[in-house]
Amino acid sequence: MKVNGVERQSPADARRLLSDYLRHELGLTGTHVGCEHGVCGCCTVLLDGAPVRSCLMLAVQAEGHDVTTIEGLARDDQALHPVQQAFHECHGLQCGFCTPGFVMSVVGLLAQHPSPSPQQIDEGIAGNLCRCTGYASIRRAVQRAAELSPSPHTGEGRGEGET
Amino acid sequence: MSSRFPDTLLRLKPPPFEYHAPTTVEEAYALLGSLEDAKVLAGGQSLIPLLNFRLARPQHLVDINRIADLDRIYERDGGVAVQALARQAAVEDSELAARICPLLSAAVGLVAHRVIRNRGTVCGSLAHADAASELPAVLLALGGSVVVRSSRGERTIPAVQLFAGVFETTLAPDEMIVEAWFPALREPFAILEESRRHGDFALAGVVRAGPKLALFGVAPTPVLADPRDPARELQPSGDLEATPEFRMHLVRVLTEKAFAA
Repeated sequence: MKVNGVERQSPADARRLLSDYLRHELGLTGTHVGCEHGVCGCCTVLLDGAPVRSCLMLAVQAEGHDVTTIEGLARDDQALHPVQQAFHECHGLQCGFCTPGFVMSVVGLLAQHPSPSPQQIDEGIAGNLCRCTGYASIRRAVQRAAELSPSPHTGEGRGEGET
Repeated sequence: MSSRFPDTLLRLKPPPFEYHAPTTVEEAYALLGSLEDAKVLAGGQSLIPLLNFRLARPQHLVDINRIADLDRIYERDGGVAVQALARQAAVEDSELAARICPLLSAAVGLVAHRVIRNRGTVCGSLAHADAASELPAVLLALGGSVVVRSSRGERTIPAVQLFAGVFETTLAPDEMIVEAWFPALREPFAILEESRRHGDFALAGVVRAGPKLALFGVAPTPVLADPRDPARELQPSGDLEATPEFRMHLVRVLTEKAFAA
């Protein structure tokens, strides 16, 4: 499987969840693990460009696919991805635990709806829990991200970074 | 592979199982026919949480995700056929489904969240047979069916004969749902549910397909009911989230709304 563009070895055990594989075998700890049964959204990553829960997949199931984690959005210490930039500008976070999951879900949302309506924003982030912010600044961040994103983003071959 | 983490963090969450990844349906049928206590892994959005909690402990997992050409959504016998690996998100976005069976499109949008639907499958929801989930009730209200296959052959199970009990279907252990069929619907429809949190399982829900009514979340399986007196033979369970009386109240109110349109 490719993780953030790099070919990686198969997991040591078929029972290894994708979330644990990313964190414990690859050391990519930007993918956070909250509830581990698909409710909180912290562990959201992109599978072939579409957001999925990495705690609800076995790592072996990602073989032959492209996985993008939060570490893969802004590569080589270049400019932030537009969604990251927007969360930064709008202060769409407090403690930051849920943030990687939100960012990955919003990347998927904007790929599906490049100019989302308020209702589409609510639907798009409904699967991610934040226990700090009350969501108002997160919604603003999604709107800002849509302004910053000239075209749909999938996390693949990312961007210009002219933000 | 080397790790920077202590061994305790490397413990595996799912219980022990043997993993099989067939690349053809024939291989999958052969595995299901020969293995004891095997479970089909499709989208995994219900099965993997059960494994993570160790509530399910199958000896074998047969992962069908590597089988090609099993994800079609197409028109069949005037209705919509949804194959085993068609993701819920694909059905949600399907123009064909929206045109032929808009109730299916509406219902699939209520299943969990988009990120879950990117992975979860329609056939998987039916096989999982959670009485509080939307799609089994939709199949029942519409009078749809599923096609199940094994190395012994193929049969079609109508929705009224599919759901046997709590998380239980009438499939034999070696059988797999390869396709669900949702009949066309041009009559008025509605799917209404009440849950404590957005995207959560419903405390109670109703599906209207023309004159027919199916209920979910209020019995061990989805059930057909009389729209004029929908709560009549119901004996819903009570829990921390809702008493039986409240669930019956919800059924009456939601049914009235569904048929008011």
